[in-house]
Amino acid sequence: MHLEESEEAALAGEHGEIMQMAYRILVATGEASDAERLIPIRWAHLSGVNYNTIGGAGEEFLRSISSRGAKVRIRTTLNPMGFDADSVERYGLGDEFVSGQASIAGSYEAMGVAQSFSCIPYEIFETPRDEQVAFAESNAAIYANSFAGARTNKESAFSALASAITGKSPYSDLRREEEEGGASNVTVRMSAKEPDELTYGMLGYFAGREAGSASSVDISGVSASAMDRRQCKAMCGGMGTSGTCAKFRFVKEEEGDGDACGGGSGGRPETVEFDDDAARKVRDELDTAENGDVIALGSPQLGLWEMSDLLERLRGRSFKKRCMVFCPRAVKEQARKLDYVRGLERAGCEVLADCCTCLSPLLGSDKVDAVTTNSIKGAFYMNNASGVGVDLKPLAKILEDETE
Amino acid sequence: MKVLVEGRAQGTVLKSEMPINFLGAVDKKTGVITDRNHDLYGKSVKGVILVFPSGAGSSVGAYTIYALKSGGAAPAGMICRKADLTVATGCAVAGIPLHILDPDKFASIKTGQQLLLGAD
Repeated sequence: MHLEESEEAALAGEHGEIMQMAYRILVATGEASDAERLIPIRWAHLSGVNYNTIGGAGEEFLRSISSRGAKVRIRTTLNPMGFDADSVERYGLGDEFVSGQASIAGSYEAMGVAQSFSCIPYEIFETPRDEQVAFAESNAAIYANSFAGARTNKESAFSALASAITGKSPYSDLRREEEEGGASNVTVRMSAKEPDELTYGMLGYFAGREAGSASSVDISGVSASAMDRRQCKAMCGGMGTSGTCAKFRFVKEEEGDGDACGGGSGGRPETVEFDDDAARKVRDELDTAENGDVIALGSPQLGLWEMSDLLERLRGRSFKKRCMVFCPRAVKEQARKLDYVRGLERAGCEVLADCCTCLSPLLGSDKVDAVTTNSIKGAFYMNNASGVGVDLKPLAKILEDETE
Repeated sequence: MKVLVEGRAQGTVLKSEMPINFLGAVDKKTGVITDRNHDLYGKSVKGVILVFPSGAGSSVGAYTIYALKSGGAAPAGMICRKADLTVATGCAVAGIPLHILDPDKFASIKTGQQLLLGAD
């Protein structure tokens, strides 16, 4: 990758050790994504916020760089943390967690990062089309590229941080491909019947895995207009969990593309079927419990429409067990003003801001044995990282089984 | 071959045919693979030359790699078939040598063999 004179100087340490580290990260990012140069970007979204995910080592790293004067140069937002500060005392988290989490939030604040604590930046901030951004949250990167028309790598926590500090990102294969139309050599054909948001989450999870190391995957048999917001988000969440790919495109089914299996080379794309059988296999992998002790909605976090839709569907019914609803603080504040929060609380929900299902200590194995959710992303991390069983079902079924 | 993060590393190869989601699949304190659907389930990445197709999933996996290094449970070096940003930047910050190999070369590496990265 070619660096300009000032960039070379920063890499050599002439602008301080924070800039040197940031440029080292950008060079590794550029080499990994076949970039020839760096370009300016307008917005970085950081992951690496929850104490449960980055631990003491991450907390010390952030404290160290912020105390040495690290500052972000561009608009920078960040992912959820481990709890909602308004209600944390009710959950009996240890002091280590609460103080570690406070330290992480403080370090980001000192660096100039907006305290958005959200994995759905595309829903709470205006996301301009054709803008070069650097989103580390995997569902947000895929959403930005696939639905919002922005351009981002599937950034890592460190590449997005380096972009925030420098205002630059490598002009990667993916950022270029977007300009050139974004060819993919894998097409997943959606033929699962009567899809709900769980099906789309599974489609994303399946397609992310089938895409292998490709940066993009094509989806046929369905179009964006057939999907609601909840389904779009579920698909991005599923894909971000299983895969490396940073975006998908909806394509029309072409004649004969059903018998191209085993292709993928020689210019002929490989087509893989996502039918009821494929959906069942994904479900068997992640649906590991008969029953949840608690219901968790939100991974990705719920937006305002999902909150209002949930309330609408509940209408007079109440949950028979605890139901945790995760959303950004910006959404919770709006929902409070619109009286959605009171309605949801009356129906037995706990509305939690600033955190999410994935790896929240509020849903740790010391708190619950199993969780009921409609989130494929949440299911993967609860099963594998939190050691909690998952009862996986769509929202409609959760409302049918768990309310009265 | 492409060297993404330079440095010398020596160790026994632990190879996977599956991508690794470092956040969801690796215990950051012990280095043990916790994803029960992974072909390395129950094995530890500590001190090995970890050979796998690429990273996958969460962007926070970069911090997991850094935490593994800080806690002394990191692989000595890593080899992938395809570079991805999570593994590349995690290794860059942690100072773990990372090489990208051509498919043929990648296929020829076997679990259990001794490897030295960073030798001329």
